Order: sequence, then C-alpha cells, then structure tokens
Amino acid sequence: MYAFDYRRPHSLNEADLALKAHPGAKLLAGGQTLIPAMKLRLAEPGQVVDLGGIGDLKGITQKDGAIRIGAMTTHAAVAESTVVAAALPGLAALAAGIGDPHVRNRGTIGGSVANNDPGADYPAAVLALGATVHTSKRAIGADQFFNGLFSTVLEESEIITHIDFPVAERFAYAKFANPASRYALVGVAVAKSKSGVRVAVTGAGASGVYRLPQAETALAASFSAKAVDGLKIDASNLMSDIHAEADYRAHLIGVMLRRAVG
Amino acid sequence: MSSVTLTVNGRTVTADVDPRTLLVDFLRTNLRLTGTHVGCDTSQCGACVVHVDGRAIKSCTTLALSCAGSQVTTIEGIGTAAKLHPMQEAFREHHALQCGFCTPGMIMAGIDLVNRKGAKVDEHTIREELEGNICRCTGYHNIVRAIETGAAGMAAMKQAAE
Repeated sequence: MYAFDYRRPHSLNEADLALKAHPGAKLLAGGQTLIPAMKLRLAEPGQVVDLGGIGDLKGITQKDGAIRIGAMTTHAAVAESTVVAAALPGLAALAAGIGDPHVRNRGTIGGSVANNDPGADYPAAVLALGATVHTSKRAIGADQFFNGLFSTVLEESEIITHIDFPVAERFAYAKFANPASRYALVGVAVAKSKSGVRVAVTGAGASGVYRLPQAETALAASFSAKAVDGLKIDASNLMSDIHAEADYRAHLIGVMLRRAVG
Repeated sequence: MSSVTLTVNGRTVTADVDPRTLLVDFLRTNLRLTGTHVGCDTSQCGACVVHVDGRAIKSCTTLALSCAGSQVTTIEGIGTAAKLHPMQEAFREHHALQCGFCTPGMIMAGIDLVNRKGAKVDEHTIREELEGNICRCTGYHNIVRAIETGAAGMAAMKQAAE
C-alpha cells in the first residue's frame, strides 16, 4: 500500500470540507474493496476520508412505503434487520449472500453501490426496485445512477447518505455465485409492484447492471416462471471471461430469472 | 503518523501509527499479539479474524485507524492457558486442527457465529458460516464438530454466569 493521509470526519459537513480540500481523495466506507485494491496498488489515493465516524449514515427505517437504509449500514445489519425482513425479505436474503460473514460485518451498502462492481449484488436490487440514491447534493433515480463498469454518475465530492427502496408487492433475487469469490456470475432481481414489473441483471452485462425489458413485459402479462420459460436472452452484450462465456451467462440469466420469479 | 486509541482485550492502548497500518499489523507488531495470523492477505482465508465491537471481521482488510474507540478482542483475549474458552476447549477435544495456522481465526469465527445464531446451530449452518475461513489440513469435519460442542459449552458458560 502506498502512503496516504487519513481523515476521519464526524459529520457529513466535515466530510464535505475534507473532500473539497483534497481533490482526488477516496472515500472509505467498509473498505472491503478499497483496502484490497490499495494493498494491490490498483488504487493509490493520496488522501482517504473514512466515513466510519459519521453515525448519521447508519441505520434502517421504514417511512412512506419505503425502506431507508443509511449508506454506512453493513450487509450484516441489512441481513438481520427485522424491518427489512418484514417489508422486503428478498433484500435481506440478498445481503445475507454477499461475500462471507466477516466481510458482511464490515462491507456497506453505500460502498457497494458507489463502487458498482459488475459482479456486485446490491446494484441489481437498486435497479429492480427503482430505488432512489440520496447523496450530500441530490437524489438520483436508479435508472440514472449506474453508468457502466465501476462507474456511476456520482461526482468527485459527492457522498451517498442513504438509499430509499420502495416496498414492492414481491421482490426476489437469485444468484449463481462464483464459488470462490461469491460475487455474482449472474444475479437476477425481480420486483413486482403496482406500477409494473422490473427485472435487473448483475454479474453478466458487459456494461454492468442492466434491465431486461422483454422479461418485464412477459412477467407483467403473467407473473410466473412459465411466462419467461424459453425467453431468448441476447448474449451479444454479455461478458466473457475466465469464469464464464457470454453464452453460458445468457443461459444462467434464464435460470436465475425463473428462480427469482419462483 | 496519526494517533489512535482503542481497547484490545480489555486494555486501552494509544499509539502513533502510519495511516496505512492494517489492524492485523497493529496487533502483531505494535502489541505483539501474534495469535492473530496473516494467511492470504487478500481477505479470503480468515486466519486474521478478530472481533471488533463484538463482530467478527478480517483484520487484514481493516485499517487500525478505522478502529479508533472500538473494542477489539483477539484469540489472546478469550481464555487463559489454565482455563480455555469453551470454543478453544472444544477444538482441543475434537482435534479440530493439524498445523494450527487457521485455528485462531476459526475459533474467533466460531464464537461469532454462536453469538449470532445461538447454541443450537446445526451442521449445515456451521458449514455455511465458515465460508470465510479456509483450512488446508483438516477437511473441516472436526472443525464443524468442535464448533457444535463449543456452542453447547458457551451456552453452559452463559447459564452458569446467570
């Protein structure tokens, strides 16, 4: 790891000032991605601003038909939350399937969403549920937020504060995990609400998480695994790597989609 | 250098550290608590698992400075040579180790999973919960048995304390 200067602000305002004073500073949330990247010298920030000291960024509440999750809430806290289990049990199950127990005790929802790893689980839930990402500057809709591999519309000095997930009639996430890393080789999130059905795919897309309109149309007409059985999944926009070819990922999308619909 | 104050095994310690110091290096180098190991150094093997504020974490993937004000418990803090923690006793009884390198992390992970899942944790759950701890010797069977026994021992210890 290269040397860096460290700041641990105790309020959002202090964090804002630290970011403004040091352009290029990296925000440290749970550190389960950033610290390994720094150890490998893939990331070499001169300044790290640790959000761990800001209590306001943690916690889960339910308000106006939505679950609000603070950016620094750990995966373990989401997985164990009685509020999430009652309103969106599929989201609690998603959180319980990230990494391993020790990683879940440190890793945070804000860190995961901001990093937008193409194999991460949370982006699929954010997109399928049509969640709103709130930052220190604005509110960003899920359809606008993700912006390609490891990329979002977040600006350099913008901090995610919390994410609002509208409570759906039904929400489920099915993942085929890479057996070594537990990242999604393919993950499919399906949300059914009054406004319709939304389907999001992670782990597979060459540009990261994306929606599957033809599955949404089929499920809106008939919400059953049978309705999407035999759905043709286009493999031309999917990743091929040492873990899986695009064709295999396309096949797995169909399987995970049917499992998520149940 | 930055100053950090945290509590390790009940003792409050203050030190000046380079910001890039990982918690595991702080424990091993500054405090000479070498029971916590570095195996893979890439957040996979779990040899470095310690408890921070009552939860198991990988100390090779946490900055020491991020633990300011926290309560840290390491393998050295759970029992003594004369009176082992029930989870340590169970690992000995079931011969749940061969080389022993992963054992501190396994025991800290075992205690954490019993804290979260309760004493009646079943074999399948234990195996699932050991996702983040790798043992290259035992094949895990005795580790799983030890955690089952250790869970019962922890329940008995808790009952005795009440």
